[in-house]
Amino acid sequence: MEYFKSLVVILMTSVLVNNYVLNKFLGICPFLGVSKKLNQATGMGIAVIFVMLVATAVTWPIQIFVLNRFGLEYMQTIVFILVIAALVQFVEIVLKKYIPGLHKSLGVYLPLITTNCAVLGVTINNINDGYDFTQSMVSSLGCGLGFLLAMVLFSGVRTRLESENIPKAFQGLPITLLAASIVSLAFFGFGGIVDNMFK
Amino acid sequence: MPDIVIALLAAVIVVAGIGLLCGILLSVSSKFMAVKKDERIEKIRNCLPGANCGACGFAGCDGYAEALIEVEGTKTNLCIPGADPVSQKISDVLGVEFEDVVEMVAFVQCNGNCAATSKKTDYQGIKTCAAASLFYGGDGKCTYGCMGYGDCASICPTNSICIENGISHVDPRTCIGCGLCVSRCPKGIIALKPTVKSVYVACSNKDKGAVARKKCKNACIGCKKCEMTCPTDAIKVENNLSRIDYSKCVSCGKCADVCPTGCIAICK
Repeated sequence: MEYFKSLVVILMTSVLVNNYVLNKFLGICPFLGVSKKLNQATGMGIAVIFVMLVATAVTWPIQIFVLNRFGLEYMQTIVFILVIAALVQFVEIVLKKYIPGLHKSLGVYLPLITTNCAVLGVTINNINDGYDFTQSMVSSLGCGLGFLLAMVLFSGVRTRLESENIPKAFQGLPITLLAASIVSLAFFGFGGIVDNMFK
Repeated sequence: MPDIVIALLAAVIVVAGIGLLCGILLSVSSKFMAVKKDERIEKIRNCLPGANCGACGFAGCDGYAEALIEVEGTKTNLCIPGADPVSQKISDVLGVEFEDVVEMVAFVQCNGNCAATSKKTDYQGIKTCAAASLFYGGDGKCTYGCMGYGDCASICPTNSICIENGISHVDPRTCIGCGLCVSRCPKGIIALKPTVKSVYVACSNKDKGAVARKKCKNACIGCKKCEMTCPTDAIKVENNLSRIDYSKCVSCGKCADVCPTGCIAICK
């Protein structure tokens, strides 16, 4: 029961409190780049969830059974990048062959996030936080969901921005960054909510 | 061997080993799970103009090339900007019979210029048709007509549309008939017609004759003179507005001669 509770806490924390985009500022590039339209934002979010889960499933065993065993913890970053990049390419080939429907819907987003810093960040943080395999997978799922949530929310904000009469100096990226910071501030309101939920 | 060399060797061997494994995995999988792509797609793609205008009804030139190969019965004459030469090339690649492309040209179904009609409000908002039309149907007296803020001109890939005298004009010599302006116009007053047909109705007002006339001097009043004159029954008045059926029209121009308000025009 205690273990199950820890899973729920990890999930809720990574979605709301430690949101990767809005709280840790990882994965800002796709957050600003692909959040213009809702359907693109959702596509990107789902692709990120998918890649995070697959990446964690592979990097966790590598860390525990290969790197830790040979005392090579300091090679973590390079090995993880290498493995994740190869893995995403492999998944793409497999999807293209056997599930073309899913491949088409993930589209360009899949190769785009091969070495996205949010993906790398999740895998490394899972190790640093000392999670076991199940906890790592739940944490990745939570981070992916948090990314999707941030993307969907922000695409709504950007749709509203499109129809506004913005001063010329703020048009384009400046107003987008301003809006992003306000959304991020709003997310800080979730701080402490999860701890108190399970008191 | 000193410890540092062993540590270095271990790192090199482990990382190289992982890299090698990944490399083998990828190359083997790309060999065994390769999806065969029809080489004709690439050939057809090279024949197409590459403007990605979407006039064919597919998502860009790539989409059309794929559909030609993969979807049974896709017509080879859908690329309007490319016209006959492109259709000819596609039919050569596919080995099917050549189909003539009906070249289309956009035209504006409104002639409510500054001399004919006037504004009902002094609109101060965002200067686009999409924004202006949300505000009580636009600032013109005629709510069906062109507002002249140039949404169509801004989307035209060949700069064939200009705003003159308060309304949009399409230059038929440079228009490629992609139809982007047709879907852009919030009033839906731009349409496509075959280039060979020269006559068109330059009005979209569906009000009754007297009302329409009060709003704009050049409006169609639905008098049905054109309908009676037309030798081929191509022109019909529906909802107080005459419309030409281009499958029947022979471009004789008799309707334009009898039209009392001059809303039927002949493009040169």
